[in-house]
Amino acid sequence: MSKYKCPSCGYIFDEEIGEPHEGYPAGTKWETLPQDFPCPECFVREKPDFELEES
Amino acid sequence: MTTHHEIIEPPKNDTAWILSKRYWYWLSFLMPLAPVISVYFAIEFEQGLWLWFTPVLFYIIVPMLDYIFGNDESNPDEQLVKRLTGERYYVHIMILTTLMHWVSLIAMAYAISHYEWGWLNIVGGSVSAGIINGLALVAGHEMGHKVKDRTQIVCSKLLLACSGYGHFCIEHNKGHHKDVATPEDPASSRFGESIYQFVIREIPGALRRAWSLEKTRLKRQGRSEWSLSNEIVHTDLITIFAYALMFFFFGPIMIPFLAIAAVFGWWQLTCANYVEHYGLLRLKGADGRYERCQPHHSWNSNHKVSNLILLHLQRHSDHHAYPTRPYQVLRDYVDVPTLPSGYPWMFVVAMFPKAWFSIMDPKVVEWAAADMEKVNIFPERRDDIFNRFHNPVQSKGGS
Repeated sequence: MSKYKCPSCGYIFDEEIGEPHEGYPAGTKWETLPQDFPCPECFVREKPDFELEES
Repeated sequence: MTTHHEIIEPPKNDTAWILSKRYWYWLSFLMPLAPVISVYFAIEFEQGLWLWFTPVLFYIIVPMLDYIFGNDESNPDEQLVKRLTGERYYVHIMILTTLMHWVSLIAMAYAISHYEWGWLNIVGGSVSAGIINGLALVAGHEMGHKVKDRTQIVCSKLLLACSGYGHFCIEHNKGHHKDVATPEDPASSRFGESIYQFVIREIPGALRRAWSLEKTRLKRQGRSEWSLSNEIVHTDLITIFAYALMFFFFGPIMIPFLAIAAVFGWWQLTCANYVEHYGLLRLKGADGRYERCQPHHSWNSNHKVSNLILLHLQRHSDHHAYPTRPYQVLRDYVDVPTLPSGYPWMFVVAMFPKAWFSIMDPKVVEWAAADMEKVNIFPERRDDIFNRFHNPVQSKGGS
């Protein structure tokens, strides 16, 4: 399970936890997120901006 | 357009002032008391015109104080930002402020319904509550950005519920911050667009965008937008419940009172949206996507007094650069678009379109180096605007 970090606000998308509030349940793979997936905390960075934090 | 705006002003050595602001932020807590105090004076002096005190305070006294006390030159340095960001104290002020907004609204509802006032003074009391509702939206905006903090999100909803503007945070966080300073954004005003033309585009546009964003989110969760999972519905239910109780206990006078107070709260928000990005435009790159929102895409004001009352919302470039950054550490940037005064006075100016255009249009033209292709233009006036202002200087190596 990998983690990806928003370079702007520091939010971490953890595949293990997912982002259920936004409709991406636990276990959601990073690859399956849409390209325009915005950071669910600051909303000003999108998937391609995220950095791999831990794989 | 210069490019040094990313440079933040070197922090001045006035940590003492920055730290002392921790006490001044209690103004947010005290402001909702203004209409309640004015009611006290109205009764004490048997003069109902006191109910107009809050608009006078916001539109005249605060701008005068801004003029007297001038700019807040201080910026917290990295170390201080780190230290203050995590301090819960600043959130506690906002929690108590949330409570105070409801106390104020209910106290005003009580005062309006339990004393004999002339209609003019009832309007005054309602507008006063509306101005405070506008401040509730400022506080709700601040807390609504902290989406991972449950307490702040609950407070944010309670604050938006004061004026029944429950869709604001969804629309603002996911919509406005994404589309800001583009023609697609109903909450960014266009060059040549008066505030009265703006409001009829902004209010329905914001509601539509919020609803569609929430619908999309719920669809991903496999839920219907017509359910209690819809966060817009949550907040609006708080409003309906509270307004119904006030109607039940305080009678039909609540209909005009709450309507004026709510709509005036929205109007305050409209004014803020109108002045924050007027005419500014993000350009499209070769890939057809808009450039990222930069510090030069927001109008700023660094006036001390209005910034204390408005939670540094006027340090707007930093807010758009770091939307989740808490109010106590928002910073001023060098060389960014700057309004001639704080928001309260700019709101007054905005209500007189001729005055607004005469002050702001030259600033936007200068910002764009008279290249109107780089301005977010009101399409209905495009030809007229190009005839009058379009005069791009051949750039040396681009801007």
